[in-house]
Amino acid sequence: MTGDHTLVDKIWDLHVVADLGQDQSLLHVDRHLLHDLSGTMALEEVNDKGYTVHSPELAFATPDHAVSSEPGRDDDTGGRSGRYVRGLREGCAKWGIKLFDLNDAAQGIVHVVGPEQGLTLPGTVLVCGDSHTSTHGALGALAWGIGSSEVAHVLATQTLVQTKPRQMRIRYNGSLSAHVVAKDLILYTIGKFGVDAGSGYAIEYAGPIIQALGVDARATLCNMSIELGARAGIIAPDDVTFGYLADKPFAPKGGQWDQALAHWRALPTDPDARFDKELSVNVADIEPQVTWGTSPGQITGISGNLPDPAQAKDVSERQNIKAALDYIGLAPGQALEGVPIDRVFIGSCTNGRLSDLRLAAEIVKGRKVANRVTAWVVPGSAPVKKAAEAEGLDKVFTEAGFHWREPGCSMCVAANGERVEPGARCVSTSNRNFVGRQGPEARTHLANPAMAAAAAVAGCITDVRKLAS
Amino acid sequence: MEKFTQLTATAAPLMRQNVDTDVIISIDNLMSQPRAKLGYFAFAPWRFLADGEENPEFELNRPGFRDAQILIAGRNFGCGSSREMAVWALSGMGFRCMIAPGFGDIFANNCTKNGLLAISLPENRVNDLAHAAEQAAGDTSFTIDLETNIITSPKGDTIPFEIAAGDRDALLAGLDEIGKTLQHGNAIAAFQARDRLARPWIYGVTVA
Ligand code: SF4
Repeated sequence: MTGDHTLVDKIWDLHVVADLGQDQSLLHVDRHLLHDLSGTMALEEVNDKGYTVHSPELAFATPDHAVSSEPGRDDDTGGRSGRYVRGLREGCAKWGIKLFDLNDAAQGIVHVVGPEQGLTLPGTVLVCGDSHTSTHGALGALAWGIGSSEVAHVLATQTLVQTKPRQMRIRYNGSLSAHVVAKDLILYTIGKFGVDAGSGYAIEYAGPIIQALGVDARATLCNMSIELGARAGIIAPDDVTFGYLADKPFAPKGGQWDQALAHWRALPTDPDARFDKELSVNVADIEPQVTWGTSPGQITGISGNLPDPAQAKDVSERQNIKAALDYIGLAPGQALEGVPIDRVFIGSCTNGRLSDLRLAAEIVKGRKVANRVTAWVVPGSAPVKKAAEAEGLDKVFTEAGFHWREPGCSMCVAANGERVEPGARCVSTSNRNFVGRQGPEARTHLANPAMAAAAAVAGCITDVRKLAS
Repeated sequence: MEKFTQLTATAAPLMRQNVDTDVIISIDNLMSQPRAKLGYFAFAPWRFLADGEENPEFELNRPGFRDAQILIAGRNFGCGSSREMAVWALSGMGFRCMIAPGFGDIFANNCTKNGLLAISLPENRVNDLAHAAEQAAGDTSFTIDLETNIITSPKGDTIPFEIAAGDRDALLAGLDEIGKTLQHGNAIAAFQARDRLARPWIYGVTVA
């Protein structure tokens, strides 16, 4: 390979099955992940239309969105999930698709399961009917979310019709302050460049800060690429990646591992590669971030104040800020710190991994959840839950008054009754603070796991740095 | 999929920025309502008041705009979740064409797959169209012509637009994409046969 290809170029070129003209390619899909909403619907569509699943060996499924996270749950707990879970189960059984079923030792949020099982591999094209599929870019996979029609297309053909995205690189320089983590990096990036800055692009995250992150943190970063408007975010695979994958159940073993490793080492972007757009972020000024509005770009450092619509740069901006403040129930110009809260949710494909739970537990240890607050921890997967229990993290949380739940999306998406009450305020480690996202009229503030833990014990939005010694 | 060739209809402005697919259709409604009913629940948090009555102030509830088939929207329309039900809900409300300065990438794809035309135009052009739509409330004479790539306003102003050639063909023909791709069955099989040798670790993985 000549010396001017990006990581995305290299993966793209390897997966072109046919050039369809008009800038479109038929791309091979190496890994297709299915979940209980879009996966179930697409399997039904395949059935209804009489298609055959092309390569069931390349598809893997797990129920996560619709399922309850209540301890002792079954298919129907919560009342609405049964149709979705059973539909997924039936479709997978019919075609021989590997399913990590409800209460299986590997079940979990699809974007936690993929990396954890070694299904997500460097250099692969991975898709899933879910916008946060960008998460898998953490391992150097080219991964993006698709709608359910495209899920059916992949099931029936193992390919997708695609136009190559433009390419952007964001470099992170400087050194991180204490208690500033991957979640803050990506929230800050979204606030700085805007929620549509990545529209039409695949983003490569680069720089020494990124290389120093573990795989969980890289997943957090790539996860929220979609909140930057990009379908895909990716990080070059390196020894951190390979170390992570070495003992994963579905990762290659023995001779195939060596062969794969040689392939993976050649993937990173060449020094002379050109990007359509290059951005950089100096991380030195970043403090723990909290959203104040109804879009992930409506964000400030914890010591910041809310904006005043009167000072907006134009009418549309003014209306935007005003609508967000009305919904979130806060006043123009007020400080975010000290705002009382009702709920805390620690979990999701953004921050439901073991290292996230460790960060939160460190703050919770020896403290109590404030009286007014109901706080939940929902591990991202069954292996995360098990590993956390082995370390005693569940005890740390439950002794403080947290609820310790079963793995799934839970309150991130408020399916199946797991929601924030109307008008109640929640600090959440998830990725979306949209109107009604955590339930009708629910008010969401996105933050990192330690900040969420700090809010739970303080009873208000607070600066974790004041609690951490 | 329904073809899109030419459409003459009312245009309704909804000039909010970053309208996300959660607000277009909530998880509650997409899980509990059949596809045919999703249109009724589109934009529910804005469209209805707490008591379930229609909110007369919501842009799309205003007389003159209720039968619109063209939506003129603010930046980054349809951002967020990949839920295709957002497109089904809009189409259930009667929309067949959306015009905005930009769309969520997955949402725009989902539109094409469902025969909805998503047109990106520069922001000032979209603002002009929104203004024209406001003036023309109830006038059905906005025309979107995908054969000539031209929008015509009630006053007769013409605005050219661009759309990816592949998407345009698919919309004009109302193509079944899966059927079309299956015609490349041999190329897919050949790719996999080659790839199995080059990257054996991708295929047939099981846990020891
Ligand atoms: S945790 Fe939330 S964002 Fe992630 S896949 Fe589930 S619903 Fe989507």
